Formats: sequence, structure tokens, C-alpha cells
Amino acid sequence: MTDSTAQAPGAAALPGDLTESTPARRRFRPKGSVVVMTLYLIFLLLPIYWLINMSLKTNAEILGSFSLYPRDLTLANYAKILTDPSWYMGYVNSLIYVVMNTVISLAVALPAAYAFSRYSFMGDKHLFFWLLTNRMAPPAVFALPFFQLYSSVGLFDTHIAVALAHCLFNVPLAVWILEGFMRGVPKEIDETAYLDGYSFPRFFIRIFTPLIASGIGVAAFFCFMFSWVELLLSRTLTSVDAKPIAATMTRTVSASGLDWGVLAAAGVLTIVPGALVIYFVRNYIAKGFALGRV
Amino acid sequence: MNKTVNQKAWFLVLPVLILVAFSAVIPLMTVVNYSVQDTFGRNEFFWAGLEWFSDMLDSDRMWDALGRQLIFSGVILAIEIPLGIFVALNMPKSGFWASFCLVLMSLPLLIPWNVVGTIWQIFGRVDIGLLGYTLDKLGITYNYTQDITAAWITVVVMDVWHWTSLVALLAYAGLQSIPDAYYQAAKIDQASRWAVFRYIELPKMAGVLMIAILLRFMDSFMIYTEPFVVTGGGPGNATTFLSIDLVKMAIGQFDLGPAAAFSLMYFLVILLISWVFYTVMVNLDKRDGV
Repeated sequence: MTDSTAQAPGAAALPGDLTESTPARRRFRPKGSVVVMTLYLIFLLLPIYWLINMSLKTNAEILGSFSLYPRDLTLANYAKILTDPSWYMGYVNSLIYVVMNTVISLAVALPAAYAFSRYSFMGDKHLFFWLLTNRMAPPAVFALPFFQLYSSVGLFDTHIAVALAHCLFNVPLAVWILEGFMRGVPKEIDETAYLDGYSFPRFFIRIFTPLIASGIGVAAFFCFMFSWVELLLSRTLTSVDAKPIAATMTRTVSASGLDWGVLAAAGVLTIVPGALVIYFVRNYIAKGFALGRV
Repeated sequence: MNKTVNQKAWFLVLPVLILVAFSAVIPLMTVVNYSVQDTFGRNEFFWAGLEWFSDMLDSDRMWDALGRQLIFSGVILAIEIPLGIFVALNMPKSGFWASFCLVLMSLPLLIPWNVVGTIWQIFGRVDIGLLGYTLDKLGITYNYTQDITAAWITVVVMDVWHWTSLVALLAYAGLQSIPDAYYQAAKIDQASRWAVFRYIELPKMAGVLMIAILLRFMDSFMIYTEPFVVTGGGPGNATTFLSIDLVKMAIGQFDLGPAAAFSLMYFLVILLISWVFYTVMVNLDKRDGV
């Protein structure tokens, strides 16, 4: 009798214990995790901090003394970039071709992704695979042929050349990401809309596009990002008029090689576009990199 | 999802087909063209058959670059995958801190690759970089432009810094999809932390981890910009990976024939890995039942 009374609270506590399990796990786990995450984030942020730190110093201070923070805070490096056309035009050029590329990629990828997600047609699997191989293609293989192709059609050193070249990996990327999002939309929606007398274009624009708005946003973000971070092709295809910021930076290193402050400031400015929108896509970063699967 | 058979869907795919054919097939044909021809200059070409291919297969240059490439990819996978899983397991599950970690962790992923190189180039310098300066003060000889070991460590650490977050984010997404009931069941069975990881978390993450491994292998296999900015492929040829070597050959020395043969063989390897990747993706889609 005493045994059963002693057991009863324990048995009764079992379900309670279970419901408490999540807070209990939380209470227990953060101890170690906080340390791990803090160390990891410090590892990630330290090099970036160092770049920002240097961008706010004068060259004399960078080379003359070693300090963990700028003693003599200056914005001169940023001022130089934002007032000197040979610097800021690099950003303008990059932005132009990146935006062009994003628009082109999305425009062609949207219908294609819809086709892949809804219909089966002759050769669809091969085509889908072939697109993937282009996402994976090493830009180094294409650098020289691109140079010759775009030179021969007179597009060398234009923004559209870089935008088209980046379509090599961004169109497949956009198709895969969008297809990943579209397959999550029930097919019944399409069928109901067609029964209601919607034509395909009208259905696509009025009903379907709003449903996958987040997918379009993510695809646009990734096209933007991959075009923005790419250097090899954009450098090979441009010389003066469309020279991207990345190339401007490398050339300054090799030519003068000494203006560390300006180089650091230019680097910081290239991080800004990503840092600005990162908060909005934070939950989709993994999905985007994994081509819409995850 | 059951797909309807509809050949008209081809019209929707056509723009993509034309665009990608223009930017992929035509250049690739140029490469094929160069790979079987030789020139005396002045734009006169003649048929060379498979000579360049056998030349490249016999030369040490390509094999050395391939060897370095495989070691590099192997090393970064061996570090990034376990580290990424470890970080993912330690991430906050939800709320403000989860978003906080996600945003900060994504930051390195979105930095232009040449800037990643620049950051580490500066960071590792003995005179002005925090890392180089600290190591120097600790009495460790560290010079990534002269010393092969230091160059390798710098390039590997840079890649770990750059891409571990991707593995962590993918693993984290896999973890998030595990229903709470699984953990409760494990709790009833009094499963150890290790058992929970081994029998619940790891199998549930298997799909995304496969993607992570393939993506990292793929992207490290064609890495160019970051090591090029930091070490320029040196000291000597110590960090000259496949892409760096190829660009040196094609644009630096303008050896079109060998470079084209090299490109095609490089591309075949990529094609093979893409196929593995595709198979994994398709199986994953099937398993999810969508």
C-alpha cells in the first residue's frame, strides 16, 4: 500500500515530466551551446571586424602602429571611394549588371520552373539535369570561350555581356529554387483557376505569382548574390566601361598595393548589400543554397 | 505530385533553353574545337586529333593540380562537415537568438569572394593583420607567401571560415524538421545524448547532409578567387588548384589546345559529380513524397 502511494506521484509525474522536457532541455543545453556559439561567432566576425577597423584608420596608423581599434578615427577612406569616379563607378557597374542578370534570370526561370513543377514532357528530366550541370560548371572553363564569344559579337566590356555570362549559373539556380517552392503549391489551385475560366497568363500573374512571392524573393536574392560575388567572369569580360568593383579592387592591389585603408573600405562597402537584406531571407538561406530542396 | 503529361510545356522551357544554350553550349563547343586543333599563330588552325588530351594526361602538371585539389577538397570536407553539424546542434532552437545567430552566420556566405580573399590576406599579414601579428608575437613563424604549410593553413582556414556556416545552416534546417515527439520518445527510453544524435538526428539530417557534402565538394572543386587573391597559387605551385592552373594556362599563357583539353576533362569530372547530386536530390524528393 505504501509502495503504490509512493509510486503514484512518480507515475503521475511522467506526463508532466514530458511536457516539461522542452524547457528542461533548453535550461540544460544553452550552457554549453552559448559557449560554442559565442566562440564560433567570434571566429566568424573577427576577420570582418578587422576589415572594418582598418577601413576607419589612416594609412599611417595602419602601417605605423598596431591597435585593436582605430585611435584616430577617419572616414577619409570612404570619402575617397565615394567621390572618385574610378572607384564608385565600379559599384555602379556591378549593380547594373547584377540587376540586369537578376531580371533576366527570373523572367526566363519563372515559366520554366512552372513547367518542371507541373508537367511531365519529353526530355524533362534530362533538361533538368543539364541545367544543374551548368550551375556546377566551373567558371574557369568558360572564361576564355566567353571572352571570345562576346568579343566576336561586339559585346565585350558591356554590362549585358556580364549579365548574360552570369546567366550560365544563375538561370539554373533560379529554375531549381523556384521549382522547389512551386512544388509546395497544391495543384488543385491551378485546376480550380482553369475551371473558373482563367487563361494561363492571367492565372500565372494574378493567382500563382502571389502564392510563390517568397520563392521569387529568395530566387532574386540568390541571383543577385551569386552575380555580385563572382569575379573571374566579370573581370575577364570587362576592361574599362563595365569594370566591376571586384576587378577595381584587385587592380589597385597589384598596382599601388599600399593603400590598405581604401582597399579595406572598398571591401566593407561590398558587404553592405548582402548585410542589408540578410535579415529578410534569414530563414531561406539554407533552402536557397540547397537549390530549393531542404 | 502526379504530373500531367503535356508536351506544350516545352514552350515554357524554351526561353531558358535558348539562353543557357547561348551561354553554355556555344562556349563549350569553342572549347571542344580548340581541344582538337593546333595553331602556328596568325589564326591558322589545323587538326591535331586527341594529341592535346594525351599530352595533358601524360603531363605531371594536371595530375599535380588534381592531387592538390583533391587533398584540399578532402581536408575542408573533413573539417567543415563535422564542425557544421556541431554548430547546428548548438544553435538556439527559436526566438530572437536563433535569428541573431542565423543572420551573423550567413554574413560570410554573402561576401564577394575576392573580398573574402582580401580579408584573409590582410588578416594574416604579420605587420598589419590581427592573426599574423598575434602569431608572430607568440613566436610562431608564419608567412603565407613564403611558407607552404602556412599558405595551406591560411587557405583551408579561410574556406572553413567562409563556408562552414552553410553546412551548419543546412544541418540546422534538417534538425528543425524533426518533430518534438521523437525527442519525447527518446526521453521515455532514457536515450543518451549520443543515442539521440546517432539514431534520431543523424538519420533525419542524412538528406540535407548529403546535399551539404556535395555542394561543398563541388564548390571547393572549382575554387578560384579566394586562394588566387590570398596566395596567387603560390608559394611556387603549392596552392595552385585546378581552376587557378586552368586560368593560368588559358589566359596567362594562351596555350589554347592544352587548356581546352584540360577544361573538357575537368568538366567531365564535374558532370559525374552533378549526376550523383541529381540522383540524391531526386531520391530526396521522392522520400518527402512531394
